[in-house]
Amino acid sequence: MMEELLRYFASPSNREVLLEQLGQHVYLSLVPLVAGVLLALPLGRIAQRIGWLRAALLGGAGIVYTIPSLAVFVLLPSLLGTDFTSSLNVVIALTLYTTALLVRPVLDALEAVPAHVTVAATAMGYRPHRRFLAVELPLAIPALTSGVRVASVSNISLVSVGALVGTGGLGRLFMVGFERDLVQIPVGIVLTVLLALLVDLLLVLGCRLLTPWERAGRAVIAS
Amino acid sequence: MITDIAAWLLDPANWTGEEGVLRQAWLHLLYCVFAVCAAALVAVPLGLYIGHTGRGSVFVVGFGNAMRALPTLGLVTGIAVLFRGSVALAALVVLAFPAVLSGTYAGVRAVPSQAVDAAKGMGMTSKQRLWQVELPNALTLLMGGVRNAMLQVMATTAVAAYVGLGGLGQLLIEGQTIGRYDQMASAAILIALLAVLVDLALAGLTWLLVPRGVTLTAANTGARPRGRRKQR
Repeated sequence: MMEELLRYFASPSNREVLLEQLGQHVYLSLVPLVAGVLLALPLGRIAQRIGWLRAALLGGAGIVYTIPSLAVFVLLPSLLGTDFTSSLNVVIALTLYTTALLVRPVLDALEAVPAHVTVAATAMGYRPHRRFLAVELPLAIPALTSGVRVASVSNISLVSVGALVGTGGLGRLFMVGFERDLVQIPVGIVLTVLLALLVDLLLVLGCRLLTPWERAGRAVIAS
Repeated sequence: MITDIAAWLLDPANWTGEEGVLRQAWLHLLYCVFAVCAAALVAVPLGLYIGHTGRGSVFVVGFGNAMRALPTLGLVTGIAVLFRGSVALAALVVLAFPAVLSGTYAGVRAVPSQAVDAAKGMGMTSKQRLWQVELPNALTLLMGGVRNAMLQVMATTAVAAYVGLGGLGQLLIEGQTIGRYDQMASAAILIALLAVLVDLALAGLTWLLVPRGVTLTAANTGARPRGRRKQR
Protein backbone atom coordinates (compact mmCIF):
# COMPACT_ATOMS: atom_id res chain seq x y z
CA MET A 1 0.00 0.00 0.00
CA MET A 2 2.76 2.41 1.06
CA GLU A 3 4.80 1.60 -2.05
CA GLU A 4 1.83 2.15 -4.30
CA LEU A 5 1.17 5.51 -2.68
CA LEU A 6 4.80 6.54 -3.18
CA ARG A 7 4.68 5.38 -6.78
CA TYR A 8 1.47 7.31 -7.36
CA PHE A 9 2.80 10.54 -5.90
CA ALA A 10 6.21 10.12 -7.57
CA SER A 11 4.72 10.71 -11.01
CA PRO A 12 4.54 14.42 -11.88
CA SER A 13 1.59 13.85 -14.22
CA ASN A 14 -0.37 12.21 -11.39
CA ARG A 15 0.33 15.14 -9.12
CA GLU A 16 -0.71 17.56 -11.81
CA VAL A 17 -4.00 15.77 -12.45
CA LEU A 18 -4.62 15.51 -8.72
CA LEU A 19 -4.14 19.23 -8.17
CA GLU A 20 -6.41 20.05 -11.08
CA GLN A 21 -9.17 17.76 -9.75
CA LEU A 22 -8.77 19.24 -6.30
CA GLY A 23 -9.14 22.73 -7.72
CA GLN A 24 -12.24 21.64 -9.65
CA HIS A 25 -13.64 20.08 -6.51
CA VAL A 26 -13.16 23.28 -4.52
CA TYR A 27 -14.79 25.32 -7.27
CA LEU A 28 -17.71 22.92 -7.74
CA SER A 29 -18.52 22.73 -4.05
CA LEU A 30 -17.90 26.27 -2.85
CA VAL A 31 -19.56 28.29 -5.64
CA PRO A 32 -22.90 26.55 -4.93
CA LEU A 33 -22.36 27.08 -1.21
CA VAL A 34 -22.05 30.85 -1.64
CA ALA A 35 -24.91 30.98 -4.15
CA GLY A 36 -27.08 28.85 -1.87
CA VAL A 37 -26.49 31.12 1.13
CA LEU A 38 -27.32 34.17 -0.97
CA LEU A 39 -30.58 32.53 -2.11
CA ALA A 40 -31.57 31.08 1.25
CA LEU A 41 -31.29 34.40 3.10
CA PRO A 42 -34.08 36.20 1.24
CA LEU A 43 -36.15 32.99 1.10
CA GLY A 44 -35.81 32.49 4.85
CA ARG A 45 -36.78 36.11 5.38
CA ILE A 46 -39.84 35.69 3.17
CA ALA A 47 -40.80 32.51 5.05
CA GLN A 48 -40.49 34.44 8.30
CA ARG A 49 -42.66 37.33 7.19
CA ILE A 50 -45.32 35.73 5.00
CA GLY A 51 -47.22 32.99 6.78
CA TRP A 52 -48.70 31.06 3.88
CA LEU A 53 -45.40 30.97 1.99
CA ARG A 54 -43.64 29.45 4.97
CA ALA A 55 -45.24 26.03 4.66
CA ALA A 56 -44.79 26.07 0.88
CA LEU A 57 -41.10 26.99 1.09
CA LEU A 58 -40.30 24.51 3.84
CA GLY A 59 -42.24 21.75 2.08
CA GLY A 60 -40.58 22.51 -1.24
CA ALA A 61 -37.16 22.51 0.40
CA GLY A 62 -37.92 19.14 1.97
CA ILE A 63 -38.85 17.62 -1.37
CA VAL A 64 -35.80 19.04 -3.19
CA TYR A 65 -33.56 17.65 -0.50
CA THR A 66 -35.14 14.20 -0.83
CA ILE A 67 -34.32 13.81 -4.52
CA PRO A 68 -31.07 11.88 -5.00
CA SER A 69 -28.20 13.89 -6.46
CA LEU A 70 -27.51 11.54 -9.36
CA ALA A 71 -31.10 11.95 -10.55
CA VAL A 72 -30.84 15.75 -10.39
CA PHE A 73 -27.53 15.77 -12.27
CA VAL A 74 -29.12 13.74 -15.07
CA LEU A 75 -32.44 15.60 -15.26
CA LEU A 76 -31.16 19.18 -15.17
CA PRO A 77 -29.81 19.23 -18.76
CA SER A 78 -33.24 18.43 -20.21
CA LEU A 79 -34.96 20.92 -17.92
CA LEU A 80 -32.54 23.79 -18.52
CA GLY A 81 -31.16 22.93 -21.93
CA THR A 82 -27.60 22.85 -20.64
CA ASP A 83 -24.99 20.60 -22.14
CA PHE A 84 -25.10 17.11 -20.68
CA THR A 85 -21.51 17.00 -19.40
CA SER A 86 -21.42 20.67 -18.41
CA SER A 87 -20.26 21.29 -14.86
CA LEU A 88 -22.98 23.93 -14.69
CA ASN A 89 -25.43 21.09 -13.93
CA VAL A 90 -23.53 20.17 -10.81
CA VAL A 91 -23.24 23.81 -9.75
CA ILE A 92 -26.98 24.40 -10.16
CA ALA A 93 -27.93 21.11 -8.50
CA LEU A 94 -25.74 21.76 -5.47
CA THR A 95 -27.03 25.34 -5.27
CA LEU A 96 -30.54 23.90 -5.05
CA TYR A 97 -29.49 21.49 -2.31
CA THR A 98 -27.68 24.18 -0.35
CA THR A 99 -30.67 26.50 -0.57
CA ALA A 100 -33.06 23.72 0.43
CA LEU A 101 -30.87 22.76 3.34
CA LEU A 102 -30.48 26.34 4.56
CA VAL A 103 -34.02 27.73 4.37
CA ARG A 104 -35.00 26.10 7.67
CA PRO A 105 -31.84 27.15 9.62
CA VAL A 106 -32.14 30.73 8.27
CA LEU A 107 -35.76 30.84 9.38
CA ASP A 108 -34.93 29.39 12.82
CA ALA A 109 -31.99 31.76 13.21
CA LEU A 110 -34.08 34.81 12.33
CA GLU A 111 -36.88 33.75 14.64
CA ALA A 112 -34.43 33.23 17.49
CA VAL A 113 -33.57 36.96 17.46
CA PRO A 114 -35.17 38.22 20.70
CA ALA A 115 -38.22 40.41 20.13
CA HIS A 116 -36.98 43.10 22.51
CA VAL A 117 -33.88 43.58 20.35
CA THR A 118 -35.86 44.20 17.16
CA VAL A 119 -38.28 46.44 19.02
CA ALA A 120 -35.38 48.45 20.46
CA ALA A 121 -33.86 48.80 16.98
CA THR A 122 -37.17 50.02 15.60
CA ALA A 123 -37.42 52.54 18.45
CA MET A 124 -33.94 53.78 17.60
CA GLY A 125 -35.17 54.59 14.12
CA TYR A 126 -34.06 51.57 12.07
CA ARG A 127 -36.28 51.01 9.06
CA PRO A 128 -37.19 47.34 8.38
CA HIS A 129 -34.58 46.72 5.64
CA ARG A 130 -31.78 48.38 7.50
CA ARG A 131 -32.82 46.67 10.71
CA PHE A 132 -32.68 43.30 8.97
CA LEU A 133 -29.17 43.90 7.62
CA ALA A 134 -27.69 45.66 10.64
CA VAL A 135 -29.40 43.95 13.58
CA GLU A 136 -31.22 40.71 12.80
CA LEU A 137 -28.79 39.22 10.29
CA PRO A 138 -25.64 39.68 12.42
CA LEU A 139 -27.41 38.21 15.45
CA ALA A 140 -28.44 35.22 13.36
CA ILE A 141 -24.87 34.45 12.24
CA PRO A 142 -24.01 31.77 14.85
CA ALA A 143 -27.15 29.73 14.16
CA LEU A 144 -26.68 30.31 10.45
CA THR A 145 -23.10 29.10 10.57
CA SER A 146 -24.11 25.70 11.92
CA GLY A 147 -26.45 25.32 8.93
CA VAL A 148 -23.75 26.42 6.48
CA ARG A 149 -21.31 23.96 8.02
CA VAL A 150 -23.66 21.06 7.34
CA ALA A 151 -24.25 22.32 3.79
CA SER A 152 -20.54 22.72 3.03
CA VAL A 153 -19.70 19.21 4.18
CA SER A 154 -22.59 17.76 2.24
CA ASN A 155 -21.61 19.69 -0.92
CA ILE A 156 -18.01 18.58 -0.75
CA SER A 157 -19.13 15.00 -0.39
CA LEU A 158 -21.74 15.25 -3.19
CA VAL A 159 -19.45 16.75 -5.85
CA SER A 160 -17.79 13.36 -6.27
CA VAL A 161 -21.08 11.87 -7.47
CA GLY A 162 -20.86 14.31 -10.40
CA ALA A 163 -17.93 12.28 -11.72
CA LEU A 164 -20.44 9.60 -12.77
CA VAL A 165 -21.99 12.02 -15.25
CA GLY A 166 -18.62 13.25 -16.45
CA THR A 167 -17.81 16.40 -14.48
CA GLY A 168 -14.47 16.88 -12.77
CA GLY A 169 -13.50 16.87 -9.14
CA LEU A 170 -12.01 14.26 -6.85
CA GLY A 171 -14.78 11.81 -7.79
CA ARG A 172 -12.73 11.01 -10.90
CA LEU A 173 -10.16 9.38 -8.63
CA PHE A 174 -12.77 6.91 -7.40
CA MET A 175 -13.72 5.93 -10.93
CA VAL A 176 -10.12 5.54 -12.09
CA GLY A 177 -9.40 3.74 -8.84
CA PHE A 178 -12.26 1.33 -9.34
CA GLU A 179 -11.38 0.65 -12.96
CA ARG A 180 -7.60 0.24 -12.79
CA ASP A 181 -5.56 2.00 -10.11
CA LEU A 182 -6.77 1.05 -6.63
CA VAL A 183 -4.56 3.43 -4.73
CA GLN A 184 -6.45 6.45 -6.02
CA ILE A 185 -9.55 5.57 -3.98
CA PRO A 186 -7.97 6.15 -0.53
CA VAL A 187 -6.16 9.23 -1.89
CA GLY A 188 -9.51 10.64 -3.02
CA ILE A 189 -11.28 9.82 0.24
CA VAL A 190 -8.54 11.36 2.39
CA LEU A 191 -8.35 14.52 0.28
CA THR A 192 -12.13 14.97 0.30
CA VAL A 193 -12.33 14.58 4.07
CA LEU A 194 -9.36 16.94 4.58
CA LEU A 195 -10.96 19.52 2.30
CA ALA A 196 -14.22 19.25 4.23
CA LEU A 197 -12.41 19.67 7.55
CA LEU A 198 -10.45 22.68 6.26
CA VAL A 199 -13.55 24.45 4.98
CA ASP A 200 -15.36 23.63 8.24
CA LEU A 201 -12.49 25.15 10.22
CA LEU A 202 -12.53 28.29 8.07
CA LEU A 203 -16.29 28.63 8.59
CA VAL A 204 -15.91 28.40 12.37
CA LEU A 205 -13.12 30.98 12.29
CA GLY A 206 -15.14 33.24 10.02
CA CYS A 207 -18.11 33.02 12.38
CA ARG A 208 -15.87 34.03 15.32
CA LEU A 209 -14.46 36.98 13.42
CA LEU A 210 -17.92 38.14 12.39
CA THR A 211 -19.42 37.95 15.87
CA PRO A 212 -16.93 39.61 18.26
CA TRP A 213 -19.75 40.38 20.72
CA GLU A 214 -20.23 36.68 21.45
CA ARG A 215 -16.83 36.47 23.14
CA ALA A 216 -17.14 39.89 24.73
CA GLY A 217 -20.49 38.84 26.20
CA ARG A 218 -19.03 35.65 27.58
CA ALA A 219 -16.13 37.54 29.18
CA VAL A 220 -18.56 39.91 30.90
CA ILE A 221 -20.64 37.03 32.24
CA ALA A 222 -17.51 35.25 33.45
CA SER A 223 -16.11 38.26 35.32
CA MET B 1 -37.01 15.11 -25.49
CA ILE B 2 -39.96 14.79 -23.15
CA THR B 3 -41.84 12.60 -25.60
CA ASP B 4 -38.80 10.29 -25.80
CA ILE B 5 -38.76 9.95 -22.05
CA ALA B 6 -42.51 9.37 -21.89
CA ALA B 7 -42.22 6.77 -24.65
CA TRP B 8 -39.51 4.94 -22.75
CA LEU B 9 -41.50 5.01 -19.54
CA LEU B 10 -44.69 3.82 -21.25
CA ASP B 11 -43.04 0.96 -23.10
CA PRO B 12 -44.09 -2.20 -21.19
CA ALA B 13 -40.98 -4.00 -22.44
CA ASN B 14 -38.87 -1.76 -20.23
CA TRP B 15 -40.82 -2.67 -17.11
CA THR B 16 -40.69 -6.44 -17.10
CA GLY B 17 -37.94 -9.02 -17.19
CA GLU B 18 -34.69 -9.58 -15.32
CA GLU B 19 -33.37 -6.07 -15.96
CA GLY B 20 -36.74 -4.34 -16.03
CA VAL B 21 -37.89 -1.36 -14.00
CA LEU B 22 -40.03 -3.37 -11.61
CA ARG B 23 -37.28 -5.73 -10.60
CA GLN B 24 -34.66 -2.97 -10.27
CA ALA B 25 -37.00 -0.78 -8.24
CA TRP B 26 -37.70 -3.71 -5.94
CA LEU B 27 -33.95 -4.34 -5.51
CA HIS B 28 -33.38 -0.63 -4.90
CA LEU B 29 -36.03 -0.54 -2.21
CA LEU B 30 -34.84 -3.79 -0.65
CA TYR B 31 -31.24 -2.58 -0.35
CA CYS B 32 -32.31 0.71 1.22
CA VAL B 33 -34.72 -0.82 3.74
CA PHE B 34 -32.19 -3.49 4.63
CA ALA B 35 -29.38 -0.94 5.11
CA VAL B 36 -31.44 1.42 7.26
CA CYS B 37 -32.85 -1.42 9.38
CA ALA B 38 -29.42 -2.96 9.88
CA ALA B 39 -27.99 0.42 10.88
CA ALA B 40 -30.93 1.18 13.18
CA LEU B 41 -30.56 -2.17 14.93
CA VAL B 42 -27.23 -0.98 16.34
CA ALA B 43 -27.57 2.80 16.20
CA VAL B 44 -30.89 3.13 18.08
CA PRO B 45 -29.81 1.18 21.21
CA LEU B 46 -26.44 2.94 21.16
CA GLY B 47 -28.06 6.36 20.77
CA LEU B 48 -30.54 5.59 23.56
CA TYR B 49 -27.72 4.49 25.83
CA ILE B 50 -25.57 7.54 25.12
CA GLY B 51 -28.50 9.90 25.39
CA HIS B 52 -29.74 8.32 28.61
CA THR B 53 -26.42 8.17 30.41
CA GLY B 54 -24.72 11.13 28.74
CA ARG B 55 -21.61 8.98 28.32
CA GLY B 56 -19.79 9.39 25.02
CA SER B 57 -21.82 12.32 23.69
CA VAL B 58 -18.66 13.98 22.36
CA PHE B 59 -18.11 10.85 20.32
CA VAL B 60 -21.58 11.06 18.71
CA VAL B 61 -21.22 14.67 17.61
CA GLY B 62 -17.66 14.33 16.32
CA PHE B 63 -18.29 10.99 14.66
CA GLY B 64 -21.47 12.21 13.00
CA ASN B 65 -19.74 15.22 11.48
CA ALA B 66 -16.72 13.27 10.30
CA MET B 67 -18.90 10.63 8.65
CA ARG B 68 -20.85 13.24 6.74
CA ALA B 69 -17.62 14.33 5.05
CA LEU B 70 -16.96 10.88 3.58
CA PRO B 71 -17.62 10.95 -0.17
CA THR B 72 -20.26 8.32 -0.87
CA LEU B 73 -18.81 7.33 -4.24
CA GLY B 74 -15.41 6.82 -2.62
CA LEU B 75 -16.87 4.70 0.16
CA VAL B 76 -18.85 2.56 -2.27
CA THR B 77 -15.97 1.97 -4.70
CA GLY B 78 -13.56 1.44 -1.81
CA ILE B 79 -15.66 -1.19 -0.08
CA ALA B 80 -16.56 -2.85 -3.40
CA VAL B 81 -12.89 -3.18 -4.31
CA LEU B 82 -11.88 -4.40 -0.87
CA PHE B 83 -14.56 -7.04 -0.41
CA ARG B 84 -16.01 -7.70 -3.87
CA GLY B 85 -19.58 -8.40 -4.76
CA SER B 86 -22.69 -7.49 -2.87
CA VAL B 87 -20.75 -6.71 0.29
CA ALA B 88 -20.84 -3.17 -1.11
CA LEU B 89 -24.16 -3.15 0.74
CA ALA B 90 -22.02 -2.62 3.83
CA ALA B 91 -21.25 0.88 2.51
CA LEU B 92 -24.96 1.69 2.69
CA VAL B 93 -25.16 0.49 6.29
CA VAL B 94 -22.11 2.56 7.19
CA LEU B 95 -23.74 5.65 5.65
CA ALA B 96 -27.07 5.12 7.40
CA PHE B 97 -25.50 4.61 10.81
CA PRO B 98 -24.47 8.16 11.87
CA ALA B 99 -27.80 9.75 10.87
CA VAL B 100 -29.83 7.29 12.97
CA LEU B 101 -27.36 7.52 15.84
CA SER B 102 -27.36 11.32 16.05
CA GLY B 103 -31.15 11.45 15.56
CA THR B 104 -31.72 9.04 18.45
CA TYR B 105 -29.19 10.78 20.66
CA ALA B 106 -30.57 14.25 19.91
CA GLY B 107 -34.09 12.93 20.54
CA VAL B 108 -33.26 11.65 24.00
CA ARG B 109 -31.30 14.78 24.90
CA ALA B 110 -34.18 17.00 23.79
CA VAL B 111 -36.72 15.38 26.11
CA PRO B 112 -37.88 18.17 28.43
CA SER B 113 -35.99 17.85 31.71
CA GLN B 114 -39.24 18.54 33.62
CA ALA B 115 -40.69 15.32 32.20
CA VAL B 116 -37.64 13.31 33.23
CA ASP B 117 -37.58 14.93 36.68
CA ALA B 118 -41.28 14.28 37.16
CA ALA B 119 -40.73 10.63 36.24
CA LYS B 120 -37.92 10.47 38.78
CA GLY B 121 -40.15 12.09 41.40
CA MET B 122 -42.83 9.51 40.72
CA GLY B 123 -40.34 6.83 41.62
CA MET B 124 -39.63 5.45 38.16
CA THR B 125 -36.43 3.49 37.87
CA SER B 126 -33.80 4.46 35.33
CA LYS B 127 -35.00 1.70 33.02
CA GLN B 128 -38.66 2.76 33.30
CA ARG B 129 -37.73 6.36 32.56
CA LEU B 130 -35.88 5.31 29.44
CA TRP B 131 -38.69 3.15 28.03
CA GLN B 132 -41.75 5.03 29.23
CA VAL B 133 -40.65 8.66 29.13
CA GLU B 134 -37.51 9.24 27.12
CA LEU B 135 -38.13 6.88 24.21
CA PRO B 136 -41.72 8.02 23.40
CA ASN B 137 -40.68 11.67 23.64
CA ALA B 138 -37.60 11.07 21.51
CA LEU B 139 -39.49 9.35 18.69
CA THR B 140 -40.01 12.48 16.55
CA LEU B 141 -36.31 13.25 16.30
CA LEU B 142 -35.41 9.57 16.15
CA MET B 143 -37.63 9.10 13.11
CA GLY B 144 -36.15 12.29 11.68
CA GLY B 145 -32.79 10.57 11.89
CA VAL B 146 -34.22 7.49 10.16
CA ARG B 147 -35.62 9.66 7.36
CA ASN B 148 -32.27 11.39 6.94
CA ALA B 149 -30.56 8.03 6.80
CA MET B 150 -33.08 6.73 4.27
CA LEU B 151 -32.69 9.63 1.87
CA GLN B 152 -28.94 9.35 2.01
CA VAL B 153 -29.07 5.61 1.42
CA MET B 154 -31.56 6.10 -1.45
CA ALA B 155 -29.12 8.49 -3.14
CA THR B 156 -26.16 6.23 -2.52
CA THR B 157 -27.91 3.13 -3.82
CA ALA B 158 -28.39 4.96 -7.12
CA VAL B 159 -24.65 5.64 -7.15
CA ALA B 160 -23.78 2.11 -6.02
CA ALA B 161 -25.05 0.72 -9.31
CA TYR B 162 -21.69 1.86 -10.65
CA VAL B 163 -19.98 -1.03 -8.84
CA GLY B 164 -22.62 -3.48 -10.07
CA LEU B 165 -24.98 -3.62 -7.11
CA GLY B 166 -28.08 -3.30 -9.31
CA GLY B 167 -31.12 -1.20 -8.58
CA LEU B 168 -32.56 1.70 -10.54
CA GLY B 169 -29.14 3.32 -10.85
CA GLN B 170 -28.14 0.46 -13.10
CA LEU B 171 -30.71 1.50 -15.72
CA LEU B 172 -29.26 5.00 -15.57
CA ILE B 173 -25.63 3.96 -15.93
CA GLU B 174 -26.51 1.45 -18.63
CA GLY B 175 -28.31 4.23 -20.49
CA GLN B 176 -25.19 6.33 -20.28
CA THR B 177 -22.97 3.53 -21.56
CA ILE B 178 -25.15 2.91 -24.61
CA GLY B 179 -25.80 6.64 -25.12
CA ARG B 180 -29.56 6.52 -24.56
CA TYR B 181 -30.55 9.74 -22.83
CA ASP B 182 -34.23 8.76 -22.69
CA GLN B 183 -33.35 5.73 -20.58
CA MET B 184 -31.07 7.77 -18.31
CA ALA B 185 -33.70 10.45 -17.73
CA SER B 186 -36.45 7.87 -17.16
CA ALA B 187 -34.29 6.09 -14.61
CA ALA B 188 -33.52 9.43 -12.94
CA ILE B 189 -37.22 10.24 -12.71
CA LEU B 190 -37.97 6.83 -11.21
CA ILE B 191 -35.12 7.19 -8.69
CA ALA B 192 -36.43 10.59 -7.62
CA LEU B 193 -40.01 9.30 -7.41
CA LEU B 194 -39.07 6.28 -5.32
CA ALA B 195 -37.07 8.47 -2.92
CA VAL B 196 -39.94 10.91 -2.45
CA LEU B 197 -42.49 8.11 -1.97
CA VAL B 198 -40.37 6.31 0.60
CA ASP B 199 -39.83 9.58 2.48
CA LEU B 200 -43.58 10.14 2.50
CA ALA B 201 -44.11 6.61 3.78
CA LEU B 202 -41.67 7.27 6.60
CA ALA B 203 -43.44 10.53 7.41
CA GLY B 204 -46.66 8.52 7.70
CA LEU B 205 -44.91 5.95 9.89
CA THR B 206 -43.65 8.75 12.15
CA TRP B 207 -47.20 10.01 12.50
CA LEU B 208 -48.35 6.52 13.47
CA LEU B 209 -45.53 5.86 15.91
CA VAL B 210 -45.33 9.11 17.82
CA PRO B 211 -47.85 9.01 20.68
CA ARG B 212 -50.72 11.51 20.31
CA GLY B 213 -49.83 13.08 23.64
CA VAL B 214 -46.36 14.04 22.48
CA THR B 215 -47.67 15.55 19.23
CA LEU B 216 -50.37 17.50 21.07
CA THR B 217 -47.98 18.87 23.69
CA ALA B 218 -45.58 20.01 20.99
CA ALA B 219 -48.42 21.68 19.07
CA ASN B 220 -49.91 23.39 22.12
CA THR B 221 -46.76 24.75 23.68
CA GLY B 222 -44.98 25.34 20.39
CA ALA B 223 -42.17 23.43 22.03
CA ARG B 224 -39.83 22.36 19.34
CA PRO B 225 -36.58 20.97 20.63
CA ARG B 226 -34.71 24.11 19.75
CA GLY B 227 -31.15 24.87 20.66
CA ARG B 228 -30.21 21.27 20.81
CA ARG B 229 -31.02 20.72 17.18
CA LYS B 230 -27.61 22.15 16.34
CA GLN B 231 -26.19 18.74 16.93
CA ARG B 232 -27.69 17.53 13.72
